[in-house]
Amino acid sequence: MGKTLFDKIWDAHIVRHLDGGRDVLYIDRHYIHEVTSPVAFLGLKNRGLTIARPNQTTATADHNVPTINQHLPVKDEQSRGQLDTFEANCKENGIEHFGLGHEKNGVVHIIGPELGFTQPGMTIVCGDSHTSTHGAFGAVAFGVGTSEVEMVFASQCIMQPKPKKMKITVNGEMKKGVTSKDVILYIIAEISASGGTGHFIEFTGDTFRAMSMEERMTVCNMSIECGARGGIIAPDQTTFDYVNGRENAPQGEAFSKAVDKWKELYSDDDAIFDTEYLFDASNIEPMITFGTNPGMGIGITTYIPTGTDLEGSDKISFNKSLEYMGFIGGDKMIGKRVDYVFLGSCTNGRIEDFRLFTNAVKGYKKADNIIAWLVPGSKAVAAQIVTEGLDKVLEAAGFEVRQPGCSACLAMNEDKVPTGMYSVSTSNRNFEGRQGPGARTLLAGPLVAAAAAISGTVQDPRALFNL
Amino acid sequence: MALQKFSTLTSGGVPVEIENVDTDQIIPARFLKAVERKGFGDNLFRDWRYDNQNNPIAEFPLNNPAYDGEIMFASKNFGCGSSREHAAWSIYDYGFKVVVSSFFADIFKNNALNNGLLPIQVSEVFLAEAFSEIAKNSATTFSVDLPAQSIKIDSTGRTESFTIDGYKKECLLNGYDDVDYLRSIIDTIENFENK
Repeated sequence: MGKTLFDKIWDAHIVRHLDGGRDVLYIDRHYIHEVTSPVAFLGLKNRGLTIARPNQTTATADHNVPTINQHLPVKDEQSRGQLDTFEANCKENGIEHFGLGHEKNGVVHIIGPELGFTQPGMTIVCGDSHTSTHGAFGAVAFGVGTSEVEMVFASQCIMQPKPKKMKITVNGEMKKGVTSKDVILYIIAEISASGGTGHFIEFTGDTFRAMSMEERMTVCNMSIECGARGGIIAPDQTTFDYVNGRENAPQGEAFSKAVDKWKELYSDDDAIFDTEYLFDASNIEPMITFGTNPGMGIGITTYIPTGTDLEGSDKISFNKSLEYMGFIGGDKMIGKRVDYVFLGSCTNGRIEDFRLFTNAVKGYKKADNIIAWLVPGSKAVAAQIVTEGLDKVLEAAGFEVRQPGCSACLAMNEDKVPTGMYSVSTSNRNFEGRQGPGARTLLAGPLVAAAAAISGTVQDPRALFNL
Repeated sequence: MALQKFSTLTSGGVPVEIENVDTDQIIPARFLKAVERKGFGDNLFRDWRYDNQNNPIAEFPLNNPAYDGEIMFASKNFGCGSSREHAAWSIYDYGFKVVVSSFFADIFKNNALNNGLLPIQVSEVFLAEAFSEIAKNSATTFSVDLPAQSIKIDSTGRTESFTIDGYKKECLLNGYDDVDYLRSIIDTIENFENK
């Protein structure tokens, strides 16, 4: 029987199989950030240990950083304490640290690929659920808890049972005005916010094949939002071209050899998946969420479900969600009031996202009622925005570009949406209070965000921008 | 850090009858700035327990003095969303030893097990009966037996067995921890690296 792509990589990293089903799994690359690592560092220290493999560890400050005036001392005392602790821990353990203001600083899932640390065939973990992003390269990448961060510190291994395998195939050409974010929001809406639990997803089909690496990262990033451990896409020429020449990727002859190995990373024809789904890209329109989990997404021109078909606790949860959002079932999304627009995060904070947004708003003016936070995912993305002159176009349209960080995606810093306000956000979660206590989040792609920023309401970008 | 041992428990239950409880609700991100594992229980379900003036919200079950116990009952898909282990820490620090649901998100389940908090997955029928028994009598008790892998609603006698990874069961029963195990096979890991 053939093997899935996931099996090939997982099996090649098993150090030992334990009775009861767990594998001791070797980790090639460990990304760390300031929020989920300090207790692990403390645990390590209390055991009298130091980091096993500092050279396989990459550190960046992102979750808890301000997105303006990064040259000044961080105002919030606790945030500053966490950043200082992180820097000291990295120094003590010989880990390269891309702190605030460092030219390589940025959101962990943006800088990893940018710097060429993320490569096909690797196992990658980080104390962050959106580690699934790196699966876009044909890597087995997933989020872990702080106990597991400590395990990797101590041994470069974790212990987990192998998940089940799911295959999601999408074929066909994406319609005009539809982005990869819409594709993944569509998938999550179809299979629900828990539909992938217990599984690792492989995304296949010509829709994904036609996507750029950045688009694929957006898709794999949100695999966790349907409950899956991670998502993976088999590497191809698009992947190799992206990795080629990056700072920490194999160079010259070593690169050619690596590509020969990477070409073997695909699911065999007779590989068996536990669960399979098939979708047609031509059914996907720009998406937006109306509720408080990422599975509550609909096509932007359609109507909020009424939930009349639901029963019991499902119905209670659905009604609670609409009440929180201040929406009524049966209403249409088009025309709904918007107060904030957030472009950024590990989901949509890359240069292609900024290009999409900028090209859309070019020649228009930001709506007066909108507060817009445009937050590049990294210093490198911020620099590229300037190189391409996107900042000038955005300024002319009434926008400013902030400094990199996770920002309003989880609102740990000052970028919080006030109670009761509506935010069209290109991030990944619309949970109650995610963007600030009482904040109401509408998840969408960069084009829907651009349309909201210009019109001050929810609008179909295809109609507004004549796409 | 060694785990506290767990074997059997008889206790009242606290009902959180809400589906899809994500870890942002269990512990909002603004409380993740600590660099030590201390006091997270104070902020468990912060925005459901307190209003924006920091007054307790009476309807939320954790604020209802009638409910008492070390077992939390929650509706399906508990612990979805962010991987923050602070969610498991805050539940444990608050005083819960067991969380019962009809469905757990993967990362949360793993984080709970790594911290001595036992996640027990039961059927929808069992969970509904547990909620209804607590509603009838908030002092109703439940008995958890980890060696036998069973949970019982003491008032009705309904008993269900649950599954748990054999290795994790041993860890909980004996208070072992994964790092100790991994360090004990460090030579095997190094041999793997040199392969």
